[in-house]
Amino acid sequence: MTKAIEADRPPAGPAPENDAHGAAVAVDGVDIRFGSFHAVRDISLDIAAGEFLCLLGPSGCGKSTLLSALAGFVPPHSGSLTVDGVPVTGPDPELGMVFQSSEALFDWLTVRQNVAFGPRMRGRSRAAQHKLADEYLALVGLRHCADRFPSQLSGGMRQRVQIARVLANEPRVVLMDEPFGALDAQTRQVMQEEMARIWQTSGCTVVFVTHDIDEAILLADRVAVMTAGPAASVKSVYPVDLPRPRDESAPAVLELRHALRDDIGEEVRKSLLAQGLDQEEER
Amino acid sequence: MTLVTAKPTARPRTDRRPVRGAVRGLRTAGLSVVSVLVGIGIWQLLAMSYGASLVASPQATLSAAVALARDGTLTNSVIASGRRILIGWGLGLLVGVPVGLLIGQIPLVRRLLDPYIEFFRFIPPVAFVTLAVVWLGIGESSKVVLIFYTAVFIVTLNTSAGVMAVSESKLRAAASLGAGRRQILQQVVLPSTVPYIVTGARLAMGNSFLTIVSAEIVAAQVGLGSLIWTSRNYGRIDWVFVGIITLGVLGFVFDRVLRIVASRVLRHYGVKL
Repeated sequence: MTKAIEADRPPAGPAPENDAHGAAVAVDGVDIRFGSFHAVRDISLDIAAGEFLCLLGPSGCGKSTLLSALAGFVPPHSGSLTVDGVPVTGPDPELGMVFQSSEALFDWLTVRQNVAFGPRMRGRSRAAQHKLADEYLALVGLRHCADRFPSQLSGGMRQRVQIARVLANEPRVVLMDEPFGALDAQTRQVMQEEMARIWQTSGCTVVFVTHDIDEAILLADRVAVMTAGPAASVKSVYPVDLPRPRDESAPAVLELRHALRDDIGEEVRKSLLAQGLDQEEER
Repeated sequence: MTLVTAKPTARPRTDRRPVRGAVRGLRTAGLSVVSVLVGIGIWQLLAMSYGASLVASPQATLSAAVALARDGTLTNSVIASGRRILIGWGLGLLVGVPVGLLIGQIPLVRRLLDPYIEFFRFIPPVAFVTLAVVWLGIGESSKVVLIFYTAVFIVTLNTSAGVMAVSESKLRAAASLGAGRRQILQQVVLPSTVPYIVTGARLAMGNSFLTIVSAEIVAAQVGLGSLIWTSRNYGRIDWVFVGIITLGVLGFVFDRVLRIVASRVLRHYGVKL
């Protein structure tokens, strides 16, 4: 048991030097619709360069939709999304995306080839691809798995490959869509600690979607709580001004957790109530 | 310490596994042999009750096969039919895979080609035998084209179905990692589609065997189909039996080889056969 967890944890190695700097992200009055469905309404958020922002909200509230828009997968109906002042017009290697499911990995490529995919697509030399891949595999503690295939790895390791793959492209913004949502509790905790460390060494801006309050408190500089969908917007933004690494049982953490729980609880109740009313109307 | 205690328990387990596997393999093989023997027994009974003019007995079929093999007819037939099938089927793959990729990937191509595919896939190759001979003559090309015809639609349809089943997150991941449209097609869509292509190739191989007999109805000098058709003219039921059984065995061998090669070479593409 201990052995398995041990194997999943990376050895403490020297972090690769990184001079990539995060970019500032501005979301201004963004509306997203799918046909007649209004997913996200009038969201405005300013994310500082190098900041770790968590989007927290009940499931189905449009957090992932907003993230897809930031990644350039879904164009907003109105409003603007800019990265360092430049509008997002489509998928961009500067905007890396870590998906919730490791289905996003390329099963037919080895771990190293997966991580080298971005540099390869961008025409980097073979040597540079290899070097970048190994560098970022070392950062996530998977150097020893470079020649394996994704199917031979555990869920936690696969998500690490995804993170390394995104970082190997040296993006300025990393977008993460509930990346640890499908992992078991122990692995998730290890991954969260790892994520805090990786973010600190890489210096990029992170927008991290989650519905887990503790995860948000552990990782974020600020937590943006979203209202229940449809037509979701940002309800409130909480700064998490606590030293890292964070202690789960610190009084300030407990206080923040209560505040967030009340805030989200209110939204969940509202959405349940709305559903109830819909059903009344249908009758 | 833990290592020392762990080893003895681990070892017998790893030693026993291949043995158990071998036992299971033997049992499967044994059951297959029993099944074939029972089949031959029933065949023998049918031959005895209906007589040699309707059903050639296993014994008669075997001696006919030996005679046909001795004078070279059987070998030549196998080679001729095998070649036609491999060439027509191979061309079907060569055309069907790229067309299927384009149909799956580009909606305009899909809309343009869909009516034709939906029309032609319901017309069996045998309906084209006359036209093939009139247009292409009695040479090899008419037979190869019929096999190609029977293979190409099924490969195209399977490939395009595979393209449409590629997971959205893989496509998005590739795009956001900096891959262009062409790179996504080559590096993500094609590899993701491999299991579907292999399934299409296997189905097409089966269809090719169904078609070879009708392709060889007219004006084929050699081939298993032509062996079956000409034997009818001589009233040689035993030769017909030889042709049919050889066709089945050849199909089984081709499919087996395809399965083994595909599952070895394309294992990492998710091909499980």
